[in-house]
Amino acid sequence: MIPGPFSYHRPATVADAVKLLSTLGDEARPLAGGHSLLPMMKLRLATPDHLVDLHGIGTLKGIRRDGNKVVIGAMTTQHELLASDEIAKSLPILHETALLIADPQVRYRGTLGGNVANGDPGNDMPALMLTLGASYRLEGSGGGRDIAASEFYQGAYFTALEPGEILTAISIPVPAAGAGYAYEKLKRKIGDYATAAAAVVLTMSGGKVASCAIGLTNLHETPLLATDAAKAVMGTSLDDAALKKAAAAAVAIMSPAADARGPVEYRKHVGGIMVMRALTRAAARAK
Amino acid sequence: MAKTQKTHVTMKVNGAEVEGLVEPRTLLVHFIRENLQLTGTHIGCETTHCGACTVDIDGMSVKSCTMFAVQAAGSEITTIEGVANADGSLSALQEGFRMMHGLQCGFCTPGMILRAQRLLQENPSPTEAEIRMGISGNICRCTGYQNIVKAIQYAAAKINGVEFQEAAE
Repeated sequence: MIPGPFSYHRPATVADAVKLLSTLGDEARPLAGGHSLLPMMKLRLATPDHLVDLHGIGTLKGIRRDGNKVVIGAMTTQHELLASDEIAKSLPILHETALLIADPQVRYRGTLGGNVANGDPGNDMPALMLTLGASYRLEGSGGGRDIAASEFYQGAYFTALEPGEILTAISIPVPAAGAGYAYEKLKRKIGDYATAAAAVVLTMSGGKVASCAIGLTNLHETPLLATDAAKAVMGTSLDDAALKKAAAAAVAIMSPAADARGPVEYRKHVGGIMVMRALTRAAARAK
Repeated sequence: MAKTQKTHVTMKVNGAEVEGLVEPRTLLVHFIRENLQLTGTHIGCETTHCGACTVDIDGMSVKSCTMFAVQAAGSEITTIEGVANADGSLSALQEGFRMMHGLQCGFCTPGMILRAQRLLQENPSPTEAEIRMGISGNICRCTGYQNIVKAIQYAAAKINGVEFQEAAE
């Protein structure tokens, strides 16, 4: 399978990339790791006239601590997240989630920025970014802006990115000390997108849930924050009744597609189970 | 670079400087197989699932069907043709695949060996579980993976200078 013809551009700065994208217009696409875009191009489901390869822009790489936030360059690969001591220490849920994405080869190329910016409901990082309260830095010809991950996703493959804008960095507040976390992903095989997945970050105080955020992957056309489900466990000891109540509240907002991963009823059912498992495992980790 | 205009690329493959003319859309695997005539790198699924086209690029295992040749300009690449020892004898991994019957049809083997080589460089003494996760991007439809895992364990033992002991089944 051979992609359709395109012109290749490799800018060295964000300013040049933005300029190229705004000049070339709709038929230009930014190229990050390429592990979603290239297969689509080979299937001719994507036929961009221009690719703007972001690999030549050194400033888009790297992981740094900035006060109580971790700032990650958009072109940082999943492999680099897995190798990072800062991530292991400050955001171990990112490590856990990155390990569940695709396979080793794909993780050497696949980037965090591509994962969150593509708008694919099957991608794992977006729901995690909602759960962690992350924000994205977008750069366009009119300048830069920051947007909360919770405001970014508008529909399947539809995001708040304006034409000519690129996502350059992800800024993630470090969870409170002692917070528990878990990402539970049900998939048919290694490399598959989630049949259903849930992210949980919570804190416990005196055996009761003191704060909680729950995110859902591939259970709607966008990633979801399960706010009511999180409220349902507040102040509880995560007994059976509380877990079931949270699962029911989460299932109530799910509207997955029926596909090869199963019918809607099944995916919602296992989505509830992922929520319960993630809550239980996160609580066990909380100090 | 215009759509069909070819561009000149150079890279180092198996220690040798190589060059060629490629269209932007030329996939790295096609450049390796057709321009360089190194046909040991296989094309399997063409959709980034099977790992048969895995090569080593600048210290990363990459599926060469999911990267454009123009993106590899200036990089250092190892393919299966470059893994034998300098004197032509089999590398520890090649020997392991032979001794442990780590292949049947052999189609996945070049990708498996390139991936396993990078895995052992990053983690010289992997557990069985780490090996299985480490080769999870490479699909084999003959062996059931059992003997591939043993082959990698054999190679790890040889590289580490310890005696290989097959786990009891």
